[in-house]
Amino acid sequence: MVEPLDPSREHTPQRLRGAAVSVRDVEEWFVREVLPLETTLTHFLRRNWRKKNEIPDLRQEVYARVYEAALTEIPGNIKPFVLATARNLLINQMRRDRVVSIEAVADLEKVDVSAPEVPQDRALIAREELRRLQDALTKLPRRCRQAVTLRKLEGLSRREIAVRMGVSDNTVRRHLIDGMRILAEKLHGDEAKPERAQ
Amino acid sequence: MSRTLQLASARSVEEIAADWLERRETGTWSEEDQCNLDSWLSQAYAHKVAYLRLKSAWDRADRLVVLRPQTGNAESRLRRIPPVALRVAAAILLLIAGTTAIRESAVSRVYTTGLGGHQNIMLADGTRIELNTNTVLREKYTDKSRVITLERGEAYFAVRHDEARPFIVKVGEHSVTDIGTKFFVRRDTDRLSVGVTEGRVELGTARDSRGSQVLLDAGKFALVTHAKITIFTKAPDVLADDLAWRAGMLVFNHTPLAEAAAEFNRYNREKLIIADPRAAGLSIGGTFRQTDVRQFARVARALLGVHIKDKPAEQIISLSAGN
Repeated sequence: MVEPLDPSREHTPQRLRGAAVSVRDVEEWFVREVLPLETTLTHFLRRNWRKKNEIPDLRQEVYARVYEAALTEIPGNIKPFVLATARNLLINQMRRDRVVSIEAVADLEKVDVSAPEVPQDRALIAREELRRLQDALTKLPRRCRQAVTLRKLEGLSRREIAVRMGVSDNTVRRHLIDGMRILAEKLHGDEAKPERAQ
Repeated sequence: MSRTLQLASARSVEEIAADWLERRETGTWSEEDQCNLDSWLSQAYAHKVAYLRLKSAWDRADRLVVLRPQTGNAESRLRRIPPVALRVAAAILLLIAGTTAIRESAVSRVYTTGLGGHQNIMLADGTRIELNTNTVLREKYTDKSRVITLERGEAYFAVRHDEARPFIVKVGEHSVTDIGTKFFVRRDTDRLSVGVTEGRVELGTARDSRGSQVLLDAGKFALVTHAKITIFTKAPDVLADDLAWRAGMLVFNHTPLAEAAAEFNRYNREKLIIADPRAAGLSIGGTFRQTDVRQFARVARALLGVHIKDKPAEQIISLSAGN
């Protein structure tokens, strides 16, 4: 019997390096190590790419490539790896785009992506977490926030929320989906403000 | 994946991922839904990363539960309180939450784990619940009763007994009522299993109008199918094997290969398929890590002489009988 509850069983970074990487390891690694770099990644893309409306698509593509690479081998130095992936993607996109000058590509090739990641203070992050969550919650549109609150704080189903708010099931679904997307943007993207200085 | 020409639209992929995530929290989520989700996730890495990204943020928002008011409308309270006061209150609540996890109140709350997930919950009354893989559980505590609805999956309960407030686990038309105890409940599509490790529970069903109950003492294991309830007596160590998932393990003892494969498939996206009916009936024993599908396949090959066919892209390991 395993009577004592052991929350530490979730942390197994040592297992990650090595030849055989399981999908679940990669998923956990991606959430734990890559997503916290979102602010850095987004800033890198914004600084180096003019068409701002393409930033979310580029970011998603970088994530997909990083994830795919990790299935073969989980990279050791994560931040330089993510930024190098981003840079290569931008270079490829630029080369495809005939109007961009060769100089712009050359500039990008000179961008230094080798800065190692700053070790994060996990205790600080834990303290910050609730504040960040609340900030994110206040950024949601009013009806959307109401739906998210009813789901998260009261555990209500879509139907129950619809009844409570006096709207259709589908409207609730819409609000929850919007809520998820905005929360992800705020929670992954708006954190770690000191990183922005780089 | 159209990697070289056109980027996938992050917005449209996120919309679909969020829709899956939202639907997954509903009680009607079926195995077919899970298959469809798995198939969508395996179509493109963009799908997978968008889903992981939204899910991790959405799961983190679970911590907002510490803001839950005792009664009334959470939303209106959130808006009324000035942000600074809210932050101070939240900080205090977070400290409290660190020790007691979740405050008591009369509203319901949903706990979920995904494929391969495992979560420990400490309720305000001191009751502990451990969720196994792919589980949805709804908590509804009132002054008069404590009701847990197991919508899907499996959980282990260590209940703080309270004469005045019975602790009841509902599974479809069945209910398991605590009489001072530790027990587990597992819901599969076609059956319900209840095992009691300490104390005693009452297993009831509302199938017929008068209802019927049966008492299960420590060491008893009940298997409930649509047709009947079968009660076994299991030695403590055998019953403990049923709970090996709490330590991330799976224990088999003369278990048919098909059954063992089905157990692994509960935890992993990488699926074991028994390609050959002759292999399905071979029995296997041993203790395995839930996530180590490959190790299991290797052991099956060594012990039973089955052949392994590995399709990494589809995440399928298929086993077939030897010559």
